[in-house]
Amino acid sequence: MSSRGYEAVIGIEVHVQLKTKSKIFSADSTIFDSADNENTSPISVGMPGSLPVLNEKAVEYSVKTGLALNCSIRNNSVFARKNYFYPDLPKGYQISQYDKPICENGWVTFKVNGEEKKISITRAHMEEDAGKSIHQGEYTLLNYNRAGIPLLEVVSGPDMRSAAEAAEYCRTIRQIVRYVDVCDGNLEEGSLRCDCNVSVRKIGAEKLGTKVELKNINSFRFVEKAIEYEIDRQIDAVERGEKIIQETRLYDPDKNRTFTMRTKEDAQDYRYFPDPDLLPITIPEKLIQKVRAELPELPQARSTRYQKDHGLSENDAHILTEERELADFYEQTGDACKNYKSAANWIMTEFLRELNDDKKTISQVVFKAADLGQLISLIDKGTISGKIAKTIFQEMWKSGKKPEVIMTEQNLVQISDSSAIEKIVDDIIAANPGPAAEYKAGKVKAFGFFVGQVMKASKGQANPDVVTKILTEKLK
Amino acid sequence: MIDRKMTEHIATLARLKVSDQDLEQFSQQFTQILKYFEQISKVDTTNVEPLVTPTDIEAFWREDSVNQEFTAEEMTANAPLKSGNLFKVPPVV
Amino acid sequence: MDLLNSGLKEISDAVKSKKISALEATKFFLNRIDKLNPQLNAYIAVSVDAEKEAKAIDEKVAKGGDAGLLAGVPFGIKDMLCTKGLRTTAGSKILENFIPPYDATVVKRLRDAGVVVLGKLNNDEFAMGSSNETSYYGPVKNPWNPEYVPGGSSGGSAAAQAAKLAAGTIGTDTGGSIRQPANFCGIVGIKPTYGRVSRYGIVAYASSLDQAGPMVSTVEDAALTLEVICGKDPMDSTTAQKSVPAFSKNLKADVKGLKIGLIKEYMQSGLDPDVQKTLDNAITELKKLGAEFVDVEIPLTEMSVPVYYLIATSEASSNLARYDGVKYGFRAHKENQMSVTLEDFYSETRGAGFGTEVKRRIMLGTYCLSSGYYDAYYNKSCQVRRLLRQQFLDAFKKCDVLLAPVTATPAFKIGTRVTDPLKMYLNDIFTTSTNLAGLPGMSVPFGKSKDGLPIGLQLTAPHFEEQRILNVGLAMQQVSPVKGDKPHVI
Ligand SMILES: [Mg+2]
Ligand SMILES: [Zn+2]
Repeated sequence: MSSRGYEAVIGIEVHVQLKTKSKIFSADSTIFDSADNENTSPISVGMPGSLPVLNEKAVEYSVKTGLALNCSIRNNSVFARKNYFYPDLPKGYQISQYDKPICENGWVTFKVNGEEKKISITRAHMEEDAGKSIHQGEYTLLNYNRAGIPLLEVVSGPDMRSAAEAAEYCRTIRQIVRYVDVCDGNLEEGSLRCDCNVSVRKIGAEKLGTKVELKNINSFRFVEKAIEYEIDRQIDAVERGEKIIQETRLYDPDKNRTFTMRTKEDAQDYRYFPDPDLLPITIPEKLIQKVRAELPELPQARSTRYQKDHGLSENDAHILTEERELADFYEQTGDACKNYKSAANWIMTEFLRELNDDKKTISQVVFKAADLGQLISLIDKGTISGKIAKTIFQEMWKSGKKPEVIMTEQNLVQISDSSAIEKIVDDIIAANPGPAAEYKAGKVKAFGFFVGQVMKASKGQANPDVVTKILTEKLK
Repeated sequence: MIDRKMTEHIATLARLKVSDQDLEQFSQQFTQILKYFEQISKVDTTNVEPLVTPTDIEAFWREDSVNQEFTAEEMTANAPLKSGNLFKVPPVV
Repeated sequence: MDLLNSGLKEISDAVKSKKISALEATKFFLNRIDKLNPQLNAYIAVSVDAEKEAKAIDEKVAKGGDAGLLAGVPFGIKDMLCTKGLRTTAGSKILENFIPPYDATVVKRLRDAGVVVLGKLNNDEFAMGSSNETSYYGPVKNPWNPEYVPGGSSGGSAAAQAAKLAAGTIGTDTGGSIRQPANFCGIVGIKPTYGRVSRYGIVAYASSLDQAGPMVSTVEDAALTLEVICGKDPMDSTTAQKSVPAFSKNLKADVKGLKIGLIKEYMQSGLDPDVQKTLDNAITELKKLGAEFVDVEIPLTEMSVPVYYLIATSEASSNLARYDGVKYGFRAHKENQMSVTLEDFYSETRGAGFGTEVKRRIMLGTYCLSSGYYDAYYNKSCQVRRLLRQQFLDAFKKCDVLLAPVTATPAFKIGTRVTDPLKMYLNDIFTTSTNLAGLPGMSVPFGKSKDGLPIGLQLTAPHFEEQRILNVGLAMQQVSPVKGDKPHVI
């Protein structure tokens, strides 16, 4: 809720680039950085006589995403042509969907400042991406490699009321499309694009204010900042008695302000009509059931399970379920050692630190989750101390060796039998009469000195609890 | 009645530069043609589904496999103006 | 060998048995093109590779390989079909210098069957017309009388076939563009069921109506060519998966007991007396052969011209949006790039690149789809289309095929109708409903006007029943009063 007596009303259109191998209506490759116009054919360049043939994987990914967004899947959806002229649109129309989209009436939930929000998904429809324009001052160059890559446009209801909600909504959509593995959700590379529709109205007013579209904002932080700016800009304008014009604005992150695209955006007449080159998309119930069955456990449900079954805190569960790969790694580690709390700690501290330092992805980690589980079991069984485990972990991270192998190779087994430790304690006390006397005279701090000495002498292998027990007796 | 203003609007939508003389002529011709075509409104089409494809055809989809048949050179060979393998157009915002 | 009067199978067999070489056959027709095309203007471009292709066929035959069903048969291709490396213009300035990097599927299948492509045949610009007077490359003359139109939009194909500037030709039919010119030029032309023949690589006019088909001299040739070009194409989602019958082998001129429907609505609008006479003769002859006639009513055929033009122009306005001077073809602004706005760049390129009739249809279609008019025009037409199609299916419950005139009058003189678009559109009163219903239709020569101009008759069958009209067509061909007639140019 924004103060100043006004309420922001925000709806968001997210274009999700589906990661098929070939384009939606032609067999051109979708590989990201290819040479200029290398991934093109008469179909994607819009040559005379070219025709579209639908890529089955684009349909599957769309159904999968729709189900993950709790949408109903339309058994007979229709492609429609969206007619407009622009150089990055080779055919002079975009094959999209209009009144019969493939997914409808879904929703997503997420938390913002601890408060749960439920945002409706009005629809999600399939369409083809446009090409890329490269502006060179006195002319513009066109690359159609991206033209024809499959998109799923997810359209939310105008349910968001703050910039923070809007940003979290985008993050949630990104997380879900990554979870169901239909898109890598990379805002910078443009495989995920958020267009925000922002309007303001006096609190309690029924009628919606005029909508302004904010386009091409390529980070979640900028989504929040751009909307915050736009809300204030609109309230200022309304309070100055100005009319808000329906337009498209871009966000300039350096100046942290939005500015108009000044294109004569008179309400475009796209003259939608069903594409006569394509038959309706009939999706049998069987396919929907198959895709539903293959759906992975989604982040929300997984986080709740971790809190209930593994006793994790909401915060830890949220971090560990942020990415599906991380959640899988954590769970496999926990399953291996049955100590989920410890597995959670190891992952959130040592593991994530190394991962971020080396800028690695989980698939590049050289050891298995089960190995980390084994390391934790060694600690739980008392075979090694927490400190030793850290040394072993460093070695595991580099060499990928099993923890037991490292332990025996560097004989890091923890000594717990008291007779061996007793011998070391006696030698240390004998070698340090001074500090021994001070301790006995009441200088408690000296005790730490002796613990250090014993640990050093035993190359950190002595079991700290046993050391403390024997020392207290010997120094009484 | 398709007046001159509407005819101009249509020409803009369709990105067609049309001479004044043609605009005048088209405007009259459209009025005549559409007056004749109005008769379709007499047909009772209550809950009749619009027909797009006139024969019963079994839909088929394509496997998600890449088949790169053409080179960038071939695809840009007919370009009126290009730089390297990129199409070239007047500057666009 | 008498190439002028030989069927496609005869030529192909002769080439395969080395009685004649593909090169000889090709040269024969190339010479006729040199001699007669200047008069008729049927070809827009002749292929410089024709002889090379013919030699390749002869080499294949020499090596004993399977040279195909149409080995060495020289064909002319309507300039709406893309031919790899051979200029394809759609009869328009806007594609004046377009060299396609790929063959249309129809062309590829013909070449695979051994066909030699002689060149590209003239047609009304973007196949929009029924007199071949709107081509940027000039009008085509009717070989029977050069003052008359050959019909359209496949005027070049009809004229070339009638004047034997090719052994066979290919045309396209969106609202009658194969059947009407075939009827005006006294040849056989068949539009297949929608979805029988691939549209991949064929410049689109109206996607839900266009079909390519053979325009040849005999029903036998039509059957053989159909076998080669029909069938599912993975590059065209609107092609049917139905198997393609062996049309030529199954040809049988037996019409005994066959029920032929006469469409009442087509009989009411005043037919030219010669057209009426031609129809009456056909009815008499077919009755003699044992066919029975029945009157059928298809009331909505009276709406077929408005419904056709509203749907076709709507689709065309979108299908022609790609001609923008960016990727290929004519561009208005080459030099001063900086000064022109994007909108002017498009409008000037398209304004100068398209002819008047094409601009008229694009604008009419844009209007039909524009907000506020979509429901009244485009959507309503699609609803009426479904009702019209149902009326045809009901008619076929009472008869096996339909017989009708193709046009109300024989060919008219060049320049007499092109000024009044509505009058021109009404030419298609008997042909557009077949496309709207997606049915196969064929024109067979069966009469002549007092001015000596050919008159054909149109057979229409249910979906995918091309064999029926080929069989009836063969029966008509055998008893046709104009059998063997040839234009004087031959
Ligand atoms: Mg949108
Ligand atoms: Zn979109």
